[in-house]
Amino acid sequence: MIAPPKPELVTVNIDGKEIAVPKGTNVIEAARLVGVDVPHYCYHPKLAIVGNCRMCLVEMGMPAVDPATKAPVIDPATGKQKINWIPRPQIGCGTNAAPGLHIRTNTPMVKDCREGVMEFLLINHPLDCPICDQAGECKLQEQATGYGRGYSRFIEQKNVKPKRTQLGPRVTLDDERCVLCSRCIRFSRDIAKDDVLGFIDRGSHSTLTCYPGKKLENNYSLNTVDICPVGALTSTDFRFKMRVWFLKQTNSIDTESSVGANTVVWSREGAIYRITPRRNDEVNDTWMADTGRVLYKQVKADNRLTSVKINGADSGLDIAVNAAAELFKAGSVAIVGSGRSSVEEQFLTRKLATTLKAPAHLVSRVGEGDRLLISADRNPNVRGALVTGLIAALPSAQLTELAAQIDAGKVKTVVSVGEDLAAAGLSAAQLAKVAIVYLGTYANETSAAARVVLPTLTVFEKGGTFVNQQFRVQKFLKAVPGAEGATDDLVVLAKLVAAAGGGSVPSEINTLWKTIAAEVPALGTMTFANLPETGLLLDATPWSALPFAEGETLHYKPTKAAQLVVGS
Amino acid sequence: MAVIPVSRKPLSFAERTYIPQILGGLKITFKRMLKPAETMEYPEQRPEIPKHYRGVPTLVKDPNGREKCVSCQLCEFVCPPKAIRITPGEIPLDAPTGHVEKAPQAFDIDMLRCIYCGLCQEVCPEEAIFLQNQYSMTGYTRAEMVNHKDRLYELGGTLPDQHHKWDKKKAAEEHGNAH
Ligand code: SF4
Ligand code: SF4
Ligand code: SF4
Ligand code: FES
Repeated sequence: MIAPPKPELVTVNIDGKEIAVPKGTNVIEAARLVGVDVPHYCYHPKLAIVGNCRMCLVEMGMPAVDPATKAPVIDPATGKQKINWIPRPQIGCGTNAAPGLHIRTNTPMVKDCREGVMEFLLINHPLDCPICDQAGECKLQEQATGYGRGYSRFIEQKNVKPKRTQLGPRVTLDDERCVLCSRCIRFSRDIAKDDVLGFIDRGSHSTLTCYPGKKLENNYSLNTVDICPVGALTSTDFRFKMRVWFLKQTNSIDTESSVGANTVVWSREGAIYRITPRRNDEVNDTWMADTGRVLYKQVKADNRLTSVKINGADSGLDIAVNAAAELFKAGSVAIVGSGRSSVEEQFLTRKLATTLKAPAHLVSRVGEGDRLLISADRNPNVRGALVTGLIAALPSAQLTELAAQIDAGKVKTVVSVGEDLAAAGLSAAQLAKVAIVYLGTYANETSAAARVVLPTLTVFEKGGTFVNQQFRVQKFLKAVPGAEGATDDLVVLAKLVAAAGGGSVPSEINTLWKTIAAEVPALGTMTFANLPETGLLLDATPWSALPFAEGETLHYKPTKAAQLVVGS
Repeated sequence: MAVIPVSRKPLSFAERTYIPQILGGLKITFKRMLKPAETMEYPEQRPEIPKHYRGVPTLVKDPNGREKCVSCQLCEFVCPPKAIRITPGEIPLDAPTGHVEKAPQAFDIDMLRCIYCGLCQEVCPEEAIFLQNQYSMTGYTRAEMVNHKDRLYELGGTLPDQHHKWDKKKAAEEHGNAH
């Protein structure tokens, strides 16, 4: 690991508290470090600064020096250096910390400014919090409570604007609630690189809209909903589904690709309502793709496997594991692991493979990267399979080697951990020729052809870790209880390992990690419980020569070896 | 714990005969016999309900028949015994009350849980839920004791609206409020 360079520090004084902050930190962030809240709407840490909402007004001053001698001017009353306060308030978001900068956020002038800004924002606000999805996580609500006047002096008629505009397939706009902060516009223009939003008309008639003939339909459109400080932009999928204060937040990882965007899963009583991004400055900043947000629907998919089956007939888990053990006894087993399995599952899959002396295969899924948060490798955890030693070389998309072995009669039993073998290139005849033990979540051709079907859990129903394209180990936690009839993958795999004669291995994740740390050198110093929320970077040098499929994405540059392959 | 022995006072002779006590009781009986009855023959007779009585929580409609609840779920949040269950829903744009946008798809109050505290009525920003005069809820099963949306509106009826805020909103929309 390379230590980041030490930032140059400057000392500022905020409400009388001195703090050293890295150069370039703005006043809002500096104040946050001393626990002072500077309310704001338009400022967003990951977007360009425009300074148009004026909510962050503070008083600023610099220590006084004698213009001629440059000697500090001492205030005789206090005996300290005098501060020259700027007579007018300044915006905190647009001012960077400078040595000796003094900030006051608790003076009557600042209070008046905030009350004034709030009052102007609220004069035309529809005050429809009871029907607004943002209620509970709305900056306007928070700021009105914290810094507002508390009553309205506006007796004129409020403006009327469109309330149910479809900006695109996934985003609904209520123009009356918009505070014209332009965060959504800046995001679309600068981050999503799809400049479709803009304001029309002037003054209190200003209205957010799409350019004529355009739609907000890029795969990052829902990030505008996340960053909209008010309820103007709402998600059409989540619209009117549930109030946010009922939802439990669980940290998770987006499984769409090897980027491993950090996410939060919002659930209530075992039902997931939405997925939003979680800030990780090294991986996904505060963004995620729209496609990753609907993945929760897989939990309640119609084709979920919910009963253990032997030869198509319902059975029990232990009976099925014994049936698998019988198949193992005949030997000639091949294992198809998955780049979608967690590190722990891959570790147990490897254990199963070594116990049975079976070759392990993996199926790769390569698509086109979007250069932002979806990489070319659509498996979230191929690197986990490398780290745990399940595979040594990069997988290919088709199981041609396995197919040849089946044709040659060298393989009698195939254990598939969640991979649809038909989709990976095995023909129906090949599937019929072998006995298949299928662990998985959804019904498909493989589960239909399988001798033993063991239903397992989706990523939302279990805990584990993935290794993303940067070789960052990131953990996801269980958001909702597992579907009825399905068993935790680790339990099933541990039972299979035991049935294959590999002895007892723990299936509880924290205990299992002790075994993993002992047996996988790269993960030697880690425990599941201590894994930081932002993940842990592994030393990638052992695998640096492999030609990974990923191109450049946010916070990721491919290594030389990969670039050569992509370029050739 | 300290134990304090208390000795019982011995009964007097008069008390041991019980006669003064019996006579005392009979005196009250004869006195009440001639006065008008203070109890009533429930359920044939029913008491008059005082104003602001907190009976079964109900949902009400406004004088135009619009369901006032917008399924904001604040009552569900505030309800101490978690008696309320709401499934929010969207009103189609072309419905007469389309401008209200949101209304409950389902609204259940479990009367086995409700403690008649009135917090739901107090918190409701739309003045849609009221604890009215109904005080007797009976049923043979647990399921029967859950009031669904239809029943809640049946019990609630119509209440006069003082604000007509959604009517004003609609008028403003039609008028356009250009300045
Ligand atoms: S829609 Fe939201 S993010 Fe966009 S300008 Fe309005 S308030 Fe800001
Ligand atoms: S009266 Fe109290 S207990 Fe009953 S539903 Fe309302 S809030 Fe809940
Ligand atoms: S608080 Fe009122 S408007 Fe909100 S859900 Fe309850 S009854 Fe409906
Ligand atoms: S946050 Fe500074 S002007 Fe908006």
